[in-house]
Amino acid sequence: MSLNQPSGGGVAVTVENLSLSFGKTEVLKGVNLEIRPGELFTFLGPSGSGKSTLLRSIAGFGPQPGGRILIDGEDIAGLAPWDRNVGMVFQSYALWPHMTVRKNVAFGLEERKVPAREIRERVEAALDLVGLVAYGDRRPSQLSGGQQQRVALARTIVVEPRVLLLDEPLSNLDANLRVQMRREIHDLQRKLNLTTIFVTHDQEEANTISDRMAVLDQGVIQQTGAPLELYDNPANRFVASFLGTANMLEGRVERADGRPWFVADAGFRLPMADGFSPGGERVTAMARPQNLTIGAPGDATGDGRLEGQVEVLEFLGTIVRYAVKVGGTSLLVDETHRAGRPVFQLGDRVSLGVDAEDIRLLPA
Amino acid sequence: MITVSRSHWGPGAVALFLALFLTVFLVIPVAKVIYVAFQDPNTGALTLINFIDFFNTSLFRESFVNSFYVAALSVVVASAFALPLAYFTTRFNFSGAILIQTLGVIPLIMPPFVGAVAMVLLFGQNGTINLLLDEYLGFTIPFMEGLNGVIFVESVHYFPFILINLSAALNNIDRSMEEAAQNLGASRGRLFRRIVFPLAMPGYVAGASLVFLKVFDDLGTPLLLNINNMLAPQAYLRITSIGIGDPMGYVISVILVTFSLLALWTSFLALRGKEYATVQKGGGGLMKRDLAGWEKAGCYAVVILILLLVLSPHIALTLLSFGTVWSFSPLPDAYTVQHYVDVVSTSSIYITNTLLYAGLAAGIDVVFGTAIAYVVWRTGLPGRKMLDYLAMGAVAIPGVVLGIGYLRTFYQFDVPFIDKPLASWWVIIVIALAIRRLPYALRACVAALQQVSVMLEEAAENLGATKSRTVRRVVVPLMTGGIVAGFVTSFATASVELSATIMLVSQESDAPLAYGIYEFMQSAAGRGPGAALGIIAVLIIGIATYLSHRIVNNKETERAPRQQSAAQGV
Repeated sequence: MSLNQPSGGGVAVTVENLSLSFGKTEVLKGVNLEIRPGELFTFLGPSGSGKSTLLRSIAGFGPQPGGRILIDGEDIAGLAPWDRNVGMVFQSYALWPHMTVRKNVAFGLEERKVPAREIRERVEAALDLVGLVAYGDRRPSQLSGGQQQRVALARTIVVEPRVLLLDEPLSNLDANLRVQMRREIHDLQRKLNLTTIFVTHDQEEANTISDRMAVLDQGVIQQTGAPLELYDNPANRFVASFLGTANMLEGRVERADGRPWFVADAGFRLPMADGFSPGGERVTAMARPQNLTIGAPGDATGDGRLEGQVEVLEFLGTIVRYAVKVGGTSLLVDETHRAGRPVFQLGDRVSLGVDAEDIRLLPA
Repeated sequence: MITVSRSHWGPGAVALFLALFLTVFLVIPVAKVIYVAFQDPNTGALTLINFIDFFNTSLFRESFVNSFYVAALSVVVASAFALPLAYFTTRFNFSGAILIQTLGVIPLIMPPFVGAVAMVLLFGQNGTINLLLDEYLGFTIPFMEGLNGVIFVESVHYFPFILINLSAALNNIDRSMEEAAQNLGASRGRLFRRIVFPLAMPGYVAGASLVFLKVFDDLGTPLLLNINNMLAPQAYLRITSIGIGDPMGYVISVILVTFSLLALWTSFLALRGKEYATVQKGGGGLMKRDLAGWEKAGCYAVVILILLLVLSPHIALTLLSFGTVWSFSPLPDAYTVQHYVDVVSTSSIYITNTLLYAGLAAGIDVVFGTAIAYVVWRTGLPGRKMLDYLAMGAVAIPGVVLGIGYLRTFYQFDVPFIDKPLASWWVIIVIALAIRRLPYALRACVAALQQVSVMLEEAAENLGATKSRTVRRVVVPLMTGGIVAGFVTSFATASVELSATIMLVSQESDAPLAYGIYEFMQSAAGRGPGAALGIIAVLIIGIATYLSHRIVNNKETERAPRQQSAAQGV
């Protein structure tokens, strides 16, 4: 099998009711996941959410978890790490400093007792794939961060693992290199058609690279889906705010004037799209700052209008972000910045507008 | 679950073997010594009568007071050497700092007893210094009179322990701590009293208790200076002259162990919870200032004076080894290489024995040290910490005590095939050396293992290497530097160990260098050859230390850029 051709389909990874504790701390609380063959799947979450622990459980590191981990239908939860054939790229790369690049890459094949001749060929092919053939005789210490990252990748994919696990692989790179490596990893994954799990705490990284992702918090998967889907239709307040800035208002839905309205505790109401039936229970309304418009008093566009006063003003380059005091709360509004367009000042009275369809209701 | 138990089977077996070895060769002999100390010699019943006898005997009371006095004063004198040196290096931009650092290596290169006799010839009543003082100034200084000699030799030898610990503590104080105090209004005196002193104190106490312990337990130096009214020599003399049935040797052993434990406990208390992570981003060390011309001259004068003192045993030993007759004169009458010729032709057995014993002991130490470090830090075996404590426990056991314990425990145990008690077989010397040096090798191995990120191991396992393959291909190669350092420390100190060895050598042909030096130094005629033997020992250790530094440095430069680039990458 050559590294340059798709290895055919990839395999599915299924996690069933996985739970794990460090002493008395429950780190994973009954995680269920279905990762499709050939998919690039991301675990996204803040530090301490359990995303790395979940990844390490799949690789066989850390305490023995409860539940099942199926790769291509086979339960691997009881296997030793060396018997799993899942390739992991470590956050710090974990290149062995006492071996040359070539020896690092050959290691896994040597452990698999692959004939020396074949090892040579496959190592060269893997180094070629990551563009480091010329660096084979160097030590890891003589490489830049990006090059070390490529060696770590080559070392892992050369053994043709069933699944590729990437543990925050970009976090040790500077910003420009991170974008470049992100693309390279994406291309490589497509080329090899290798089921890949990517762990990150950076939502931009997750959005750009993933086919689908799972957002984790406190050892529980909050929501699974494609990046766009999660951003636009978050399942709860955590997902909504972790994926991007969000205005959240607490209140309830009521019917008046022949349509549903969201009545905020802060003392104003916003029209909702048809189809929301008032249940009376408390809910959270969520709207992204870029979905709000701002204008001089009486001037904003949108189904719902609110009057307020500019409280905070931040110039962020592409946008100007306002915090506007409305009733008993403060709402964020993003306006695309263009040279010459007037900018509201602190204390200015303004009006805000929002379309009914841009308001999402979440559980309180 | 099956794989979990399978992967623990290997380490479990290794841990069990190590625990067994430490139990047989450390716990049981020491327990035996303590037990016998509390046993009525006639009836075998448990009693305090031996301790009462001990304190009712004036010689023992005197020995007890002397040992305490010598150890305490050695700390004082050693502090007097160490404090100015630590102050110079950490407070001033002083170019002699390199000189001061090299002082820290000296105790490794020669144990105090080797130079003790030579020191008499330099500093004794009729030694070089006093002869010159008397001739030109009309007075003498009793450097080497009685207990003074022991104090002088020991403190010249052991002060680097204080210097190293204190300098480390001072260097760890971040400049920002000092600046923060100044910013808040503290200057000079208050700054020193409230910030610098409390932060440096734990380092000083740790060093000082180590010096106390070393001096309190030392057997060789008092023996060679012919001072018998101290505890360790008394224990040795009772056991060798009266026999292993005499309870006094055991009582003294218990006292020695107790004081060792107290000294270690003090050091532990001083350092506990005080491993301040004081170095923060932006550089460590106190504010340094440049010295004015006369200040610099003064500093150099002090440093050179101390350096000369520290080197004086080496200088004296060298003179003695090349001198024909050296008596009542500032320098030997004439010079010759005859002593070396004699020693090499007649006593080369000492040298080969030493290389064999110290080499084997150091080998055992690093293999066991690596295994213990791995079991303790990398497995989840129940009770694994005990293994660490057991191995480290050897620090608190003076050589004399271990020697007595071995004699008592293994005298009736005949080794199969060679038909001889284990206590008088040369292998027991190797085991004693291995046990005594294990703590040092273990610390070196633990430090080395902690440098190896667990991720490097996980990466190997992830790519298909089993635990044992991972240890072989990744862990041990990466620990090489530390293992070599551990080997050399063990080897160097084991090759001049005297206190346990002297009790366990049963025949001349089994004796190592340290024993040979001791034998030669007993007679005036033997001093020359003894000194030659001492110089040979120093050379062996010096070469071994130098080689290990080369190896360790090479390993480090091989990897050093890695951290740099990793830091840049962040």
